[in-house]
Amino acid sequence: MSRRESCLASQSNPAAPPRRPVPSMSAATGNGAVLLAGEGLELWRGELRLFSGVTFELRAGELLHIVGPNGCGKTSLLRVICGLTLPETGEVYWRSKKLQRNRADFHASTCYLGHRESLKADLTAEENLVFQLGLRAWLSQADLHAALDKVGLTKKRSVPARSLSAGQKRRVSLARAHASGAKLWVLDEPYTNLDVAGRELVDQMMSEHLERGGLVLLVAHQAHGVAGGVTRRLELG
Amino acid sequence: MEWPGLGTAFWLQLTRDLRLAFRHIGQAANPLMFFVMVTTLFPLALSPAPELLRAIAPGVIWVSALLASLLAAESLFRQDIEDGTMEQLALSPQPLSLLLLAKTASHWLMTGLPLVLMAPVVGHALFLPAEAVPATMLALLLATPVLSLAGAVMAALTVGLRRGGGLLSLLILPIVMPVLIFGARATDMAMQGLDVSGVMYLLAAVLLLAVSLAPAGMAAAMRISLD
Repeated sequence: MSRRESCLASQSNPAAPPRRPVPSMSAATGNGAVLLAGEGLELWRGELRLFSGVTFELRAGELLHIVGPNGCGKTSLLRVICGLTLPETGEVYWRSKKLQRNRADFHASTCYLGHRESLKADLTAEENLVFQLGLRAWLSQADLHAALDKVGLTKKRSVPARSLSAGQKRRVSLARAHASGAKLWVLDEPYTNLDVAGRELVDQMMSEHLERGGLVLLVAHQAHGVAGGVTRRLELG
Repeated sequence: MEWPGLGTAFWLQLTRDLRLAFRHIGQAANPLMFFVMVTTLFPLALSPAPELLRAIAPGVIWVSALLASLLAAESLFRQDIEDGTMEQLALSPQPLSLLLLAKTASHWLMTGLPLVLMAPVVGHALFLPAEAVPATMLALLLATPVLSLAGAVMAALTVGLRRGGGLLSLLILPIVMPVLIFGARATDMAMQGLDVSGVMYLLAAVLLLAVSLAPAGMAAAMRISLD
């Protein structure tokens, strides 16, 4: 019960508004149409209310950094936003249409990097990408090689995923995001298992993505090093 | 936003699963091994008398085929759930029902089709008359996809449970009973030299029903399991 109380402390307090996004660069906000929005999202897991009244808006070139203590529902919020989990109340909108009505277009525009790398251990890094990206875009081999070069796996592309280290697997996932051409990146703890250069690569890739007009939903305990673009913070719990 | 068509997606999913199955051929061959072992144990355990074996052949072949399919259904989606690739399938712009149908098709090619091809050998071991072999093979060809599809729906439903194995068998058995009854009847009638076209049409009808309904059921069940 203590976890439940601590998670809800800020949201059940009537003085604290449920709307949490705090623009850190207010000068640049407000331009462009809202692409992704969540309204009054609430999720229960059994007897436990993970979060309620989560509302946010994201425009082109914006990053939303979701922070909060362990177990307060950050990953669950990402799953709700992606449409994997249905919220108890509230609605997610993509390009002003309800997610459930617009699922194919939303999923074509989204790249989700979860806790698990979603790699088949028996397939090589390249085969994994060919399959996963082949469902959403027409890509040439050169595109895939460029993406693997970008994350520093040039020499590992024909190695079965089972022989890759945890950090290298994460880099394959980053290559997937890079090559996917997705407008929205949903990154759940992207820094995990990465070395210093890898964490800088994540920051650099996110910055480039924002410059291209992309959107980023980021769950990370550490501060991100994204320079430029508009970054907001959403505190859960 | 544009994305590749349904045919491309089906083909990608099918070839990926076949490729994975071929890299673990031992695991993929399990149901076939089971089918061959069970059917060849009956002559050893009962008696090698041709009359007896001929009389029980339809039942033995069909019950073994059914149990082999049950055995295979359990592993259909488990790996994909565990390594997180199923989430990615659910998050792709392609219809989940189509991707799961492709997975089931590849599963049938690796576990169902070998049973059909092995049937003449098994039939010979059980003194099944030669004139009943084509009918048995055709009936198995129509019935094993139904077993795979029914297994896939139930596997999608139970894959979120930690120990869904026993429950899975309980869920599948009742809905595949008609297939077992029609299938064994087809073999039996062919042995007596009767016209089997009626039974074949019934099996074909069940297959059509399964192909049209099962994908939607699998996708809905999988979305619940992923929730």
